[in-house]
Amino acid sequence: MNARPSPSLAAPRPSRVRLPALRSRRLAPYLFIAPFFALFLVFSLFPLIFSIYLSLQQWNPAEGLHTMHWVGLENYGYALTDPWFWDALYNTAWFALVAGVPQHLVALPLAFFIHRRFKRGRDLIVGAYFVPYITSSVAIALIFTTLYSKDYGLINAALAELTRIPFIGSPLASLTALKDGGIDWLGDADVTRPAVAFVVFWRYLGWNLVLYLSGLQVIDKDLYEAATLDGATEWQQFWHVTLPLLKPMMFFAVTLTIIGNLQLFEEPFILVDGEKGVSSSVMTTAIFMYRTAFSDGDFGTASAMSWLMFVLIAALTWLNARLFGRDPRSAHGKR
Amino acid sequence: MPDVHLTRRSAARALLVAGAAAALPGVFPGAVSAAAQVAPTRAPTSVLRVATFPDLDRAAIAAAPRWRALHPEVELKLLSMQYADHHLSMTTALATGSGLPDVMAIDLRYIGKFAGSGGFVDLNQAPFHAAAHADDYVRFAMAQGVGPNGTQVAIPTDIGPGTLIYRKDLLDKAGVSEAEITRDWASYLAAGERIRKTTGAYLMADAADLRDIALRQGLQDGEGLYFDAEGRVLVESARFRHAFELGRAARRAGLDARAIAWTNDWAAGFKQGRIATQMMGAWLVGQLRNWIAPQTTGLWRSAPLPGGVQAAYGGSFYAIPKKAANKTAAWDFIRLMTADAQVQLESLKVLDSFPAMRAVLRDPVMDEPIAFLGGQRARQLWRETATRIPAIPVNRFDVLATTVIRDEFERVISKGKAIAEALADARYLIERRARRR
Repeated sequence: MNARPSPSLAAPRPSRVRLPALRSRRLAPYLFIAPFFALFLVFSLFPLIFSIYLSLQQWNPAEGLHTMHWVGLENYGYALTDPWFWDALYNTAWFALVAGVPQHLVALPLAFFIHRRFKRGRDLIVGAYFVPYITSSVAIALIFTTLYSKDYGLINAALAELTRIPFIGSPLASLTALKDGGIDWLGDADVTRPAVAFVVFWRYLGWNLVLYLSGLQVIDKDLYEAATLDGATEWQQFWHVTLPLLKPMMFFAVTLTIIGNLQLFEEPFILVDGEKGVSSSVMTTAIFMYRTAFSDGDFGTASAMSWLMFVLIAALTWLNARLFGRDPRSAHGKR
Repeated sequence: MPDVHLTRRSAARALLVAGAAAALPGVFPGAVSAAAQVAPTRAPTSVLRVATFPDLDRAAIAAAPRWRALHPEVELKLLSMQYADHHLSMTTALATGSGLPDVMAIDLRYIGKFAGSGGFVDLNQAPFHAAAHADDYVRFAMAQGVGPNGTQVAIPTDIGPGTLIYRKDLLDKAGVSEAEITRDWASYLAAGERIRKTTGAYLMADAADLRDIALRQGLQDGEGLYFDAEGRVLVESARFRHAFELGRAARRAGLDARAIAWTNDWAAGFKQGRIATQMMGAWLVGQLRNWIAPQTTGLWRSAPLPGGVQAAYGGSFYAIPKKAANKTAAWDFIRLMTADAQVQLESLKVLDSFPAMRAVLRDPVMDEPIAFLGGQRARQLWRETATRIPAIPVNRFDVLATTVIRDEFERVISKGKAIAEALADARYLIERRARRR
């Protein structure tokens, strides 16, 4: 019988034959993860380091790479003494407060309400709130520019109809803007900022709702049962059980909002045409950076601004951690 | 058979390039979102890459058969991107020195910035000798293509003689004559109040349009719009004060629809007869006829700008980057597009772009009636305007100054900022930014 020997009994192959196979097996994992690292190096790490380098240079890209010259920290000083940078920072802070704070003030109780009252159809309701977050910016721009249109917008049409209703009609009709044929939502400096802030609020409410719902779902039900047995009302349960236990999630959600709002670009950029004079009233630091780089051709100052914003975001995140009584280092230590 | 077609091979290549550009925009800064290739009749020995943007690309596509007939040995490759994307992509290409085309189309708005970049061939030098051909072109447009140190960096292909387009039916209803809206600014605004009262229509789309035109009033040859020859900022001059005052007066009187050009409200204003006049380049007539308000054919007329202002609105240029691989063919292409009467006339038909070539201004087509303007022979007026527009030099900081002035004007009309203070702030901001570079 010419039985074939089992692999374990077979004579070992000469090492020079096995080496390439071994080497390729050792290399294989590195090859598999190499695409990520290659992309990370090219599209993340290199731009990051290059932007630090650029922030110390004065450079107009239209004049070529060779025109770049070292100015040290001058770009940082220039940015910090520029009136438009401070205007943009003010607008950014305004959006962070007016569009950011209500997101949490509404999302938190709404999440609690949905969590407690909806068993069936909860996913559908949450999904409805989440849709704006995943909707494309272009679609949002189309919808809201149509809604906000001064002469043809649905909002002004609705306001005009409301003026016919007794009691609320006459105070509304006395508004100067309505007398002039409608509020110029995206053209009047007084209302453009709130109009854009509403879109930001509308877009990110669902995201925060989902975060808080996920936080609520891991709170032990026994705690609520115990509180109920002790005679705690629903409000007391929310205040004394839900809120303290949601603190880590609140920290996470508020941190994301701070980062997101300080980088706010899309909504004001797509809703208010940059050619409009009123665009300066919604010019965030991110938009100002873009304008400085691509319109004014000053990439050095734009890079310096981006690092100033990085410092500001880091400081606010640290402050947020302090406010929520949670040291990020100790949180890492627990893991 | 269409003039320019995508062969199976070139279509696949175009798709590949477009896909690669979408996936790796940083790797292919000069890559295209839409590419068209002109299939040569004979096997070409070289390629001419022309980077352009809509609608200017249609002029090049229309001229492609003529190029093919004249230069069968050079394959014409058009790389067309959207207006803003094209200029951004060209800025990136100039920055890195890679991905530059042989011929770059540049809009008037960017000509100052690009002309000052030092990245283009001086067309006055051999073998191009553009100065010898200067008389071929409208004077003011040729001056716009001049960069620092007098280098001719770009050649104009089309121009936008400024005109006041107005709705004759609305003016007739209000009992306003053309003379009243063109005599001077006071008369124009007074007529606007009557139009508003009688018809409900706004005199203009945006008060900023009035400001932009008025601040060009009285400019002479060699005078800059925002900067003088030594680079000093001029925004605190009486010219700017007057322009701001007029714009503010129009806004206070409720004469503008507050509709920014190229927005939905702006287009709807024209469609529905809510805007009685618009100051813009003559090419607006083609835009109104083709897509903005084709249903208003016959209702519009064209008149000179109010107050005797002679100004240009827009215009397109071609330039050759220093790193272009095929400069000789590039110059031949530029001459074909800008100095060939047949091609310039074809562009007029295809795009409604007004020719920059002087010989074409004497063509009988200039005397033809325009149906959209109720049979008015308006090109005669535009030709007259084109010859009178002063030759104003461009500055690399013109775009920046425009932005600053626009923002300060907004503060004046919406927040009640004093004009003198706004202009002083504008001067500070422009000087601060311009001084650094």
